[in-house]
Amino acid sequence: MDCENCGERKAKITLTEIENNEMRTLNLCSTCATLKGVSAAAGSAPMADLLAHLGGSAGDTLFDEAGEACEYCGTGAGDFRRSGRLGCPQCYAHFHRQLRALLRRVHGSSQHMGKVYVSTAPDADPEQVRLSTLKRRLERAVEIEDFESAADLRDAIHALTEVS
Amino acid sequence: MDGPAATPPIGTHGLEALDEDGPDGDIVVSSRVRLARNLQGYSFSAHATGEEREALLEKARAATEATGVLEEVDFWEIARLDREDRLLLLERRLVSKELIGTPETGPRRGSGLALSRAHALGMMVNEEDHLRLQTLRGGFQLVAAWRDLDQLDEEIGARLPYAFHQEFGFLTSCPTNVGTGLRASVFIHLPGLVLTRQIRKVLEGMGQLGVTYRGLYGEGSRIVGNLFQISNQTTLGKTEEDLIDQLERLVGRVIGYEKQARAVLLREAPNVLEDKVWRAYGILCHARSLPFEEMMNLLSGIRLGISLKLLKSPRVDVINRMMIHAQTAHLARAAGRRLDEADADAFRASYVRKALAARGEPPRQRRER
Repeated sequence: MDCENCGERKAKITLTEIENNEMRTLNLCSTCATLKGVSAAAGSAPMADLLAHLGGSAGDTLFDEAGEACEYCGTGAGDFRRSGRLGCPQCYAHFHRQLRALLRRVHGSSQHMGKVYVSTAPDADPEQVRLSTLKRRLERAVEIEDFESAADLRDAIHALTEVS
Repeated sequence: MDGPAATPPIGTHGLEALDEDGPDGDIVVSSRVRLARNLQGYSFSAHATGEEREALLEKARAATEATGVLEEVDFWEIARLDREDRLLLLERRLVSKELIGTPETGPRRGSGLALSRAHALGMMVNEEDHLRLQTLRGGFQLVAAWRDLDQLDEEIGARLPYAFHQEFGFLTSCPTNVGTGLRASVFIHLPGLVLTRQIRKVLEGMGQLGVTYRGLYGEGSRIVGNLFQISNQTTLGKTEEDLIDQLERLVGRVIGYEKQARAVLLREAPNVLEDKVWRAYGILCHARSLPFEEMMNLLSGIRLGISLKLLKSPRVDVINRMMIHAQTAHLARAAGRRLDEADADAFRASYVRKALAARGEPPRQRRER
């Protein structure tokens, strides 16, 4: 069924509105539902819909499929556009410029004004972060059958684990 | 190394808030605040390996056990709970559907829940974000709820290294939560605005003020029992106190509109209103089969009747408890067996009759007709 509001996208959400004390049912796509102030139903990705809705202006140009993926977790711009989720905290540094533009549209600001966090907790062990990165890259290399890189990565992981 | 940690039984966790007769408790059922937090050095939960999620779960467990504000705390690994217990937590809104997974897949590895035994304060582990700190208070108490949660956040943040960015604030899996990571909401009963046909105008007006709403309990956004959840939409660019304050003032105005609408109804259509309330009371006292949605719609009539002093009993907190205990997983626990739909409806009707009979003297009419 097509969305009863825009008539363009597929309807995904049934919105029940109360008008003149009568319930009225509208079948909407997630984008129109979001614009009507309805949070998308569980399982859908409002952020992905928002990116799609922003279309050429933010979706396509900002999160260009051809760009490099986050080097820590391997999340690419395309992954983010599809799921609306980032892969790891480092993604915010990797997609810094694009996210700044996106956040201004979503929140009206990109500058955090709330609590300032100064970690008194023991920092994540940098060696552990590096090991975790290498393991992740190894998994990906095996996935895409890049066995040459996989062998190098395996060596690097061995070197790191033997030292510690 | 000790053996696997014990799985504590689910007791009255999360129910204390309902006994509170909080401010504006006849209109605002509860106030809730949550904070999304992630730890440095790990991928976000959906992206992390099962091994990483389990490592994170253990860190979270150790951190919650060391906090002061949670006092006595219970910690569950969701995978160790059976399906009935998971649904019990879901019906109390202590876990999300995402955390407990579908009946087919079950929860993801490393999903957990920490909860104080004394208050509805705790956190989900490995939901969309590593940590979702959350608290619930009865009635309209956003500021108090925030104070509890802020303290928990300080304690957890001192033990686990949060992912924090100078410009973007607390980093979250979805950019809609970044910054403060704060989502505050109230669960509010607005029959007056629905009956006087003003609800749309009010809700749409809120949409322009950075606040969003949805119906609760229904499929998708269906409205059941004239209950709505109103929450802040943006999380970045304002302080936590400003976000809470803004929502609080807005909800305060909605409460004002609701009271005006009720006054209009009492003045213009007292017979219709009284009939609605008493009819709801009559059906709930005598029905032999009650589907959940029907019960919720009828309880809306009773809650309105209590608030307008058309009914002398039961008290509002009795209604709050019924809304929890008359859900299927809770009924099944009381029955000690699985209930199919027809069984559940019959069991619910019987539970409601008893709850209404036990909790107060027979209601009297406010005035003679």
